[in-house]
Amino acid sequence: MKRLLKGGRVVDPANGRDGVFDVLVDGDRIARVGHDLTVDAGVTVVEIPSGFVVCPGLIDMHVHLREPGQEHKETVATGTAAAVAGGFTAVACMPNTSPVNDNAGVTEYILKKAAEANLARVYPIGAVSRGQAGEQLAEIGELHQAGCVAITDDGRPVATAMLMRRALEYAGMFGMPVIEHCEDQTLKGDGVAHEGFHASALGLRGIPGQAESIMALRDIALAELTGGVVHIAHMSARQTLDAVRWGKSRGARVTCEVTPHHFVLTDEMLRAPIAYDTNVKMNPPLRETADRDAMLAGLADGSVDVIATDHAPHHYDEKRVEFDRAPFGITGLETAVSLCFDRLVHAGVVSLARLVELLSVNPARILKVPGGSLADGAPADITVLAPDLAVTISAARMRSKARNTPFDGWQLRGGVAATLVAGRLVYVNENLRISGFEDLRI
Amino acid sequence: MKKDLLGIGDLTRDEIYLILDTAEAMREIGQRPIKKVPTLRGKTVVNLFYEPSTRTRTSFEIAEKRLSADTLNIAVAASSVLKGETLVDTAMNIEAMAPDVIVLRHASSGACHLLSRICRSRVINAGDGMHEHPTQALLDAFTIREHKKRIDGLKVVIVGDLLHSRVLRSNVLLLTELGADVWVCGPSTLVPIGVERLGVRVSTRVDEAVKDADVIMMLRIQHERMNGAFIPSVREYFNTFGMTPARVARAKPDVIIMHPGPMNRGVEIASEVADGPYSVILEQVANGVAVRMAVLYLLAGGVEGD
Repeated sequence: MKRLLKGGRVVDPANGRDGVFDVLVDGDRIARVGHDLTVDAGVTVVEIPSGFVVCPGLIDMHVHLREPGQEHKETVATGTAAAVAGGFTAVACMPNTSPVNDNAGVTEYILKKAAEANLARVYPIGAVSRGQAGEQLAEIGELHQAGCVAITDDGRPVATAMLMRRALEYAGMFGMPVIEHCEDQTLKGDGVAHEGFHASALGLRGIPGQAESIMALRDIALAELTGGVVHIAHMSARQTLDAVRWGKSRGARVTCEVTPHHFVLTDEMLRAPIAYDTNVKMNPPLRETADRDAMLAGLADGSVDVIATDHAPHHYDEKRVEFDRAPFGITGLETAVSLCFDRLVHAGVVSLARLVELLSVNPARILKVPGGSLADGAPADITVLAPDLAVTISAARMRSKARNTPFDGWQLRGGVAATLVAGRLVYVNENLRISGFEDLRI
Repeated sequence: MKKDLLGIGDLTRDEIYLILDTAEAMREIGQRPIKKVPTLRGKTVVNLFYEPSTRTRTSFEIAEKRLSADTLNIAVAASSVLKGETLVDTAMNIEAMAPDVIVLRHASSGACHLLSRICRSRVINAGDGMHEHPTQALLDAFTIREHKKRIDGLKVVIVGDLLHSRVLRSNVLLLTELGADVWVCGPSTLVPIGVERLGVRVSTRVDEAVKDADVIMMLRIQHERMNGAFIPSVREYFNTFGMTPARVARAKPDVIIMHPGPMNRGVEIASEVADGPYSVILEQVANGVAVRMAVLYLLAGGVEGD
């Protein structure tokens, strides 16, 4: 099938494009991007509404799809349905499943489920250590061969400096980054919220920002030692951002990501609007205003490489408990784009081109996966965005199995219009009528 | 008053005074030969305790019985929690039997907030984790006022494990609201981050803190904090922060010594001080009943639809 996306604002920083172009999709590839392309009969013409943005498909390099083993929270099918509804054409999924993705069998299972779901592309991330136990290296070469694009012990840090050193050295053979959940667990203790005034007043045990930055500094030093590539996951503390800047200034091979909730929310959410809301409990925790503002500054000045959601679905029952007993984590796939538009682009923090780098170009580069570009011949993974769409977040209407979001009911400006994966239309916003995108309409 | 008493922050200054004044009248009931009034006749109060408690649970139960409420004690052992019923399910089952008030003691900060969101019954916080213990602060204020005739302008020094104490948090909120000059003192490992933003003076030197104090309030040091994690040893703690007669002598001549209990004699307080002339520790216990009667009456004593 051939489809011509006509009249949209193409934002494709990898190819230096930002302007009105036509995009011709032929099968699973982008055939051509140009001005006023003419087409033969039989090509479906999509009239992209004026002001809408056509960009390379968004890639979320940090999600938890929970399968295998925790299908009550999410499955590959529901998670990828949430992904495409959130504008993501690809996701990279964390290995802390049950069993852990520390061998090719689990990787292949995830990829089989992804093929069955046939929505977003799924890139499994393997474990650093067997069972994520922090002792022996997992069979990293075999994981790579089976389709893993990176390794991590996410959910916990790589336990020791020695193991991290070996992981960086070993993964480097396969060109894979080590993604680190930075957390000194002795300093974190049994903390459940950011250590600061609000946690103190509420009687919640605190986790200082330094629990994160100490580990980031260790890993940057080890990246220098080994020449390996470390990617700092879900950065939350201003001290960690300083560490990353320091590492980059020295030429260490370090990149980092920030989640929308860490650049939008602060620990004041612990008290209001709902005191002790378990949907504001995540790890790393929401930090104070100075940290949130530092994340915004890092997004603006280029220190931050990626926006990733850390989509962490949990069952309703698991979150409906006392704050200190609830699991860490919130969903993110279906709220990210609206939060990015409202709080970054419309607020003047970053340009649209920079946002596309953060959500598409850079994750593709770091994981060395296809995408992040609308070059002729590239895979036709395309996201169509509606920058001025009025969006009301509704947890009840999400595609994810889970409802654990603190953004329910939020009114935001900007949303997703449609998502194409390998040229195939996999999502259209039901509130929009776009001529040429009728094939998904029920 | 709001539907629930989850913390001191739920109360205005006028409501705090209303509770203290009502407690005066309630105390008089406790001095009668027949210590019972029909105020809460026909009302059901459930005391739901997830943590062991002698003083607070007994105090609530006596208060409820003196007001003629039908009371029911549920002591949830840790084993039942392990069997799998959640707080929410337990609460909804109790709620289905339509009690008027649930008094909750729980090890998790914010447990009362969770309960209050799902229950129509009124919820009284009898201590939630490290968060608040509002009736303790009210009875402390009642005791202070009885001795000093005022709270405004008094120097109140709270000494001990500040970090893990719900009594601290409730007392700081209440005493600063009523205009006291509140000092908190303890080892720096046990001072909550940002506590000065609650309007208190923070000191780690107990001799400085107790100087010219009108009220010294001691907090319990729990056993699990003693052996190296937060403080090096009991011996060093007592030497550095323990309330001794010599330290009491630095306070005002008419200082009162308070402790919410249970006390660790020879750890945070010397027996000479606990049993000495300045101690009002047992008066606090007695006043607890009157203050809890006042809270129960003001929350549940009205006619439905008030």
